[in-house]
Amino acid sequence: MPTVNDFLLILPEVVLLIWALLILLIDLWIPDTKKYYTAVLSAAGLVISAGCAFALLGRTGSAFSNMVVLDGFSSVLSILFLLSGLAAVALAYDYLKRNAAQRGEYYTLLLFSIAGMMLMASANDLIMVFLSLELLSIPLYILAGFFRPRLASEEAALKYFLLGAFSSAILLFGIAWIYGSTGHTDFPGIVASIDGGRANYLLLLIGAGLLLVGFGFKIGVFPFHMWVPDTYQGSPSSIGAFMTVATKAAGFAALLRVFLVLFPAEAPIMAGILWGLSAASMIFGNTVAIAQMNMKRLLAYSSIANAGYILMAFVPYGNPVIAQEAVSSALFYLLAYALTSFGAWAVMIALEPAESDGLLLQDFSGLGRKYPWLGAALLISMLSFIGVPLTMGFWGKFYLFKTAVDGSQIPLVLIGLLTSLVSAYYYLRIVMFAYFKPGEPQIQPGRWASVVAVICAAGIFVLSFIPTPVFQFAAQMIMGMK
Amino acid sequence: MIPLSWILAFSLALFFIGLFGAIARKNAISILMGIELMLNAVNINLLAFWRYLYSAHMNGLVFIAVVFAVAAAETAVGLALIISAYRNRRTITAGDFDSLKG
Repeated sequence: MPTVNDFLLILPEVVLLIWALLILLIDLWIPDTKKYYTAVLSAAGLVISAGCAFALLGRTGSAFSNMVVLDGFSSVLSILFLLSGLAAVALAYDYLKRNAAQRGEYYTLLLFSIAGMMLMASANDLIMVFLSLELLSIPLYILAGFFRPRLASEEAALKYFLLGAFSSAILLFGIAWIYGSTGHTDFPGIVASIDGGRANYLLLLIGAGLLLVGFGFKIGVFPFHMWVPDTYQGSPSSIGAFMTVATKAAGFAALLRVFLVLFPAEAPIMAGILWGLSAASMIFGNTVAIAQMNMKRLLAYSSIANAGYILMAFVPYGNPVIAQEAVSSALFYLLAYALTSFGAWAVMIALEPAESDGLLLQDFSGLGRKYPWLGAALLISMLSFIGVPLTMGFWGKFYLFKTAVDGSQIPLVLIGLLTSLVSAYYYLRIVMFAYFKPGEPQIQPGRWASVVAVICAAGIFVLSFIPTPVFQFAAQMIMGMK
Repeated sequence: MIPLSWILAFSLALFFIGLFGAIARKNAISILMGIELMLNAVNINLLAFWRYLYSAHMNGLVFIAVVFAVAAAETAVGLALIISAYRNRRTITAGDFDSLKG
């Protein structure tokens, strides 16, 4: 029987879900002209939930007969998801008004999705992994199509749904084989069965491969990326920004935990596959992004490349020492990437007129002169994407490359460095448009997107002076994992 | 009793029929049907493993119920998206959804 203690351990998720249901009801009584109440209420819910998550920081334990665990890894990621949610609410408010899509469901669905992500980071059972994956995906299918009946939005939602459902089915098939091999779906049970030599190695390997394919779709690495550009371009921009950061982080959360806990023995075989995925994503994402003139598509391809960078550190995960380092550098990079990506998307949303499918790069012409703050935010975000010193992106890549070198993955590091150089071309081209081309961009009414852009840029810059404490914090938080 | 391997072979075949349907079909509803076949194969797989090897615990059965419920929720959302797209474009052929590219 679940006890009160079980509910206390997942208090942030419980608060968020109850809050989402309340907003769904309260929103019915809020007239269309006063929808900012809904936005403020959902932001308050996120803040309260983040407060609970902070209060639980450092505590560990498992709840609901080992279905979920609370540890440093899940706490840190929960806070990252909640902050991403706050950014998504702030970016959405003016943007939805501009596009005449001020419907309260947006916020409810967003909160459900975040709750799914938080549960995914703390899932300790394959049933829970699957359930939370669906809890995060199903609201996002709807949010991607939130601008219906606009064709692009519907198309984005349909493509996301069909590929998402397809990947869930593959993931489930993997879980079925793991269950068949070990007789358990909970992580401790599976580990005990493997350690006891009762598990069928071949079935387990098939299961691990299928799970990797399923997670690969969610994080958008190379051969499983086909939905990424279309979905990010067609969805509302605030959702595109949220998906590049939070969905990717949630996918990585599950991937890291499942592979570290369940499949250390399969590491020699899995490392080869991870190596291929990582190298292919870095090369593919960065080269195809060069040809993009639409900012949303460019950021989508950049997100594929960034998934490749994070995966790079995880390739030598069979070595326990490297694995710890890989997880902390992945967490650090996810933080850096969240700030950078939200910064870039926020600048774009601040300028994006209604009924648009994303700005072209030419539309940034003259930004640096006309709006120095936004221009600076864009500049800092782009430098951080490239990995120039004095930005968080630099330290993020530094720790990832260092981990990969420690795991003696020199060829992969070389690919990473070379593709980073290639990426400088397309990121700097945006800066070139913003600073060296004449033009008259126009900030759209509402200042929240600009605020998010400036906060993210400040975060990228300021935190880059204290990378070691941040990294130490991440390393210390994941000590208790497993 | 039918051997376990036969049932596993059957579920594997069903999974690949669904996989083929999801990849090869052009119609969005057919793709969805292919995905449902894949999920059914998963359920048969789970049920067979539970019945033949692990029937002492309930977790396999519980998982099947969870898969059913989630698949139904997912299909409900998916059909709504398909209907919404159909109203707009009068087509549900996947190849016709090509306004986003680059």
